[in-house]
Amino acid sequence: MEYINLFLKSAFIENMVLAYFFGMCSYLAVSKTVKTAFGLGLAVIFVLTITAPVNWLVYNYVLAEGALSWIHPSFATVDLTFLYFIAFIAVIASMVQLVEMIIERFSPALYTSLGIFLPLITVNCAILGGSLFMIQREYLFTESIVYGLGAGFGFFLAIIAIAAIREKIRYSNVPPALRGLGMAFIITGLMGLAFMSLMGIAL
Amino acid sequence: MSQVAEAAVKKSEPLFSPKNRRLLTDPLDDNNPITVQVLGICSALAVTTQVKPALVMAICVIVVCSVANLVISLLRKGIPSRIRMIVQLVVIASLVTLVDQVLRAFLFDVSQELSVFIGLIITNCIVMGRLEAFAMGNKPWPAFLDGIGNGLGYGAVLILVAMFREFFGAGTLMGYKLMPQAAYDMGYMDNGVMATSTAAMFLIGIFIWIQRSRNTKLVDVS
Repeated sequence: MEYINLFLKSAFIENMVLAYFFGMCSYLAVSKTVKTAFGLGLAVIFVLTITAPVNWLVYNYVLAEGALSWIHPSFATVDLTFLYFIAFIAVIASMVQLVEMIIERFSPALYTSLGIFLPLITVNCAILGGSLFMIQREYLFTESIVYGLGAGFGFFLAIIAIAAIREKIRYSNVPPALRGLGMAFIITGLMGLAFMSLMGIAL
Repeated sequence: MSQVAEAAVKKSEPLFSPKNRRLLTDPLDDNNPITVQVLGICSALAVTTQVKPALVMAICVIVVCSVANLVISLLRKGIPSRIRMIVQLVVIASLVTLVDQVLRAFLFDVSQELSVFIGLIITNCIVMGRLEAFAMGNKPWPAFLDGIGNGLGYGAVLILVAMFREFFGAGTLMGYKLMPQAAYDMGYMDNGVMATSTAAMFLIGIFIWIQRSRNTKLVDVS
């Protein structure tokens, strides 16, 4: 039950995109059609679900103060926390490179339609933000897996929602200069306002 | 964009040939990183509540982006494509650490105010986006100019958004009170929505509207 609550909380109440406005670049650029949005959403779920627990292990067994004491008791005073930014980014970059190779191998069409935004998952703030929040909130190992999955699912839902709205809005009479990106910004702002109403809910 | 990237600059060309000058001026309008390429939105939302952090952030991004472009462009033939992201991120992360240390040494007050945001440059997609899209396939000098140009284009939007948000959200600019007291006496109130990220979304949306109605070739036909 606890895990279900954590999942719902990370997916809806603390939605990465609509509550924190993390990962905006790929969210706006890849949401032209539901199909590509679906592909990117799945990639983000995959990367977040893996990087959150891996970074948990890296932080708790290498970086945190006294974390190295499993090698030898004399390491108990070593504190490498100042390295956590670079360590997390390195883990994320290697995971994204892995995902890129997998997608290129199994779905070349999706690979070309995602274009530059596939490597840019690395610098998607939602991924790094997920790892940082996980450390800051002191989740346990299993909780970090659930949190990664929930946050990824939240991103997935948000990008599918905006892609569906953008596909529909193509048939509306939007002023030509506002079509596409401009309208996407304003819709996201409105969706963000709507998500503010979820913020007070405590699970 | 693609023609610019394809046109390899010859050695005999003058440093500021028209082609190279376009690398600097294009990102200010036609190829703006935020409103056209959709890069670097997250930080544009996070640091624009006031003008001063936006200004410092813009300068830091110009430095990091141009130097990272230069370094990667020098290394481009030696980087295997399978591990290019890690190489790019190591370059960016070390440059950002450098900028952070310099700020700490010479502008300690500003660095205290901005500590979190400087780290955010690592995850700023403009830097990595330009590395991936331009520096990996171009010579060092054009890549350097491209970095400066994109940093400038990003900074321009950042400062514009920050001016609106600070003025309507707090009645100040660069920390100086501009909204006259008389206006408050007549019942004017600072707009609370301007302090949230949603306001930045609306503002950038409106900027895109204005830019595209002046520059119709950017209009999205699909």
